[in-house]
Amino acid sequence: MTVAAEAIDRHSFTLAQYFICFKGIVWREALRFIHQRERFVSALVRPLVWLFIFAAGFRQVLGLSIIPPYETYVLYEVYIAPGLIAMIQLFNGMQSSLTMVYDRETGGMRTLLVSPFPRWWLLTSKLLAGTLVSILQAYAFLLIAWFWEIEAPPLGYLALLPALLLSGFMLGALGMLISSLIKQLENFAGVMNFVIFPMFFASSALYPLWRVKESSPLLYYICELNPFTHATELIRFALYEQVSWVSLAVVAGCTAAFLFGAILAYDPARGFLARRNTAAG
Amino acid sequence: MELAQVPALDVCRVSHRYGARVALNDVNLTVRQSSFTVLLGLNGAGKSTLFSLITRLYAIRSGQIRIFGHDVASESGAALSKLGVVFQSRALDIDISVRQNLLYHAALHGIGSRRASELIAQVLDRVAMTDRSLDRVGNLSIGQMRRIEIARALLHQPRLLLLDEPTVGLDIKARADILDHVRRLSKVEGIGVLWATHLIDEADAGDDVVILHKGKVLAGGAIGEVVGKSGGTDLRDAFNRLTGTADQGELESAG
Repeated sequence: MTVAAEAIDRHSFTLAQYFICFKGIVWREALRFIHQRERFVSALVRPLVWLFIFAAGFRQVLGLSIIPPYETYVLYEVYIAPGLIAMIQLFNGMQSSLTMVYDRETGGMRTLLVSPFPRWWLLTSKLLAGTLVSILQAYAFLLIAWFWEIEAPPLGYLALLPALLLSGFMLGALGMLISSLIKQLENFAGVMNFVIFPMFFASSALYPLWRVKESSPLLYYICELNPFTHATELIRFALYEQVSWVSLAVVAGCTAAFLFGAILAYDPARGFLARRNTAAG
Repeated sequence: MELAQVPALDVCRVSHRYGARVALNDVNLTVRQSSFTVLLGLNGAGKSTLFSLITRLYAIRSGQIRIFGHDVASESGAALSKLGVVFQSRALDIDISVRQNLLYHAALHGIGSRRASELIAQVLDRVAMTDRSLDRVGNLSIGQMRRIEIARALLHQPRLLLLDEPTVGLDIKARADILDHVRRLSKVEGIGVLWATHLIDEADAGDDVVILHKGKVLAGGAIGEVVGKSGGTDLRDAFNRLTGTADQGELESAG
């Protein structure tokens, strides 16, 4: 017994080593990001198309009343900017899940999972790394939007950071959970149809929920239950130096649930990986 | 128990199934310290499943796997830190440099960048790739990538090295080089090696061999012993006899 305990002890890692591992995973994600410039550009172009074209077209159609956190009437572009930031993070989360499926088909995921660190630590580090990339994209978008006269209070940009960290983490964890359910890379198109689009459109990203309620109470409740709505509202309020407590609670709760689910899914003893016939030989 | 007697890898009564299909059936095998053990089996014999179990990618549902006495399921950290793996599929990031790939791997083992730099210099020297350290992995040939994969697997100084069909896609010369190199590692550095392959000519006279067929171990031990027991003239003959008998037995029991 003591021999076994000693043996385990000799191989336990120090906190500094946990940090080295985390840093390595973030660093690799950053390198990947630098080397895949198209990914960055397309992540940026997508919300800008919505902002420059869609919002410009809808500006006259959609009248907005004063709703919190806004204190005056706002242009439609201003209204949808937080939703587009959340969209950046949604795509990023799903994109990292796509990467994980790809990594699983090649050996990249195995390299990660064969590390002697606990699996929850490896997955959490990977999620945080993806979130940091999405935060960079979000700020790049805000910078361009600023030239388009979408300006938030200066401190709002700072207050946004923790909100982005949390919402990015939630969407990343959701992506990771979904990645464990996808059998093959080809199935990813389904994620687009069944996850990204419904989450984005059934939310407060493009229209305030009181307007949705006017046209369809059922859709309104669906939107209210959609975690993406709360990610959007958390970002919206933070950008105007306020906290939407309900959204904060929902996003924090969903983050914990999705993360727990993802760690469970990638746990060799319980996960879906083991049940699947992926081994070739 | 003397440390030298603990096997590098001990697979004990391991079975695994995918739904109704049995992939591994009561598998026992041992890799002695400093030995070169060839895991010989046709495609679909269960080699990759076995590797997935040893590396904790799948949970071990029945049986036990120990690496230097550490149980993979209950002491996975201790077990995995002693293990280096070269997977069948490419595990390197082709967009970044050789050195960056190796630094990432070092971080996954909790090795800081200063120590990692020393270790990287050592392993690259070992696989004679020092001058390619700053090259993008995507610019290397398949044989060179394999060498880097081996360097990567050796970086954290494991005592057991697993290689899953490491010569797939290589030309004859690159194949011989890699085989030679890994054999030397086991001899000179005392690393236990488990080399999975379907190519019989990759086994050499001094090696241990384990013949895996349709999820079952048909024979295991020093090559001479295995050949002798089977009544064959050489390993190829022994392999054909053993797998032929097994298939025949299966047919008869089915009929």
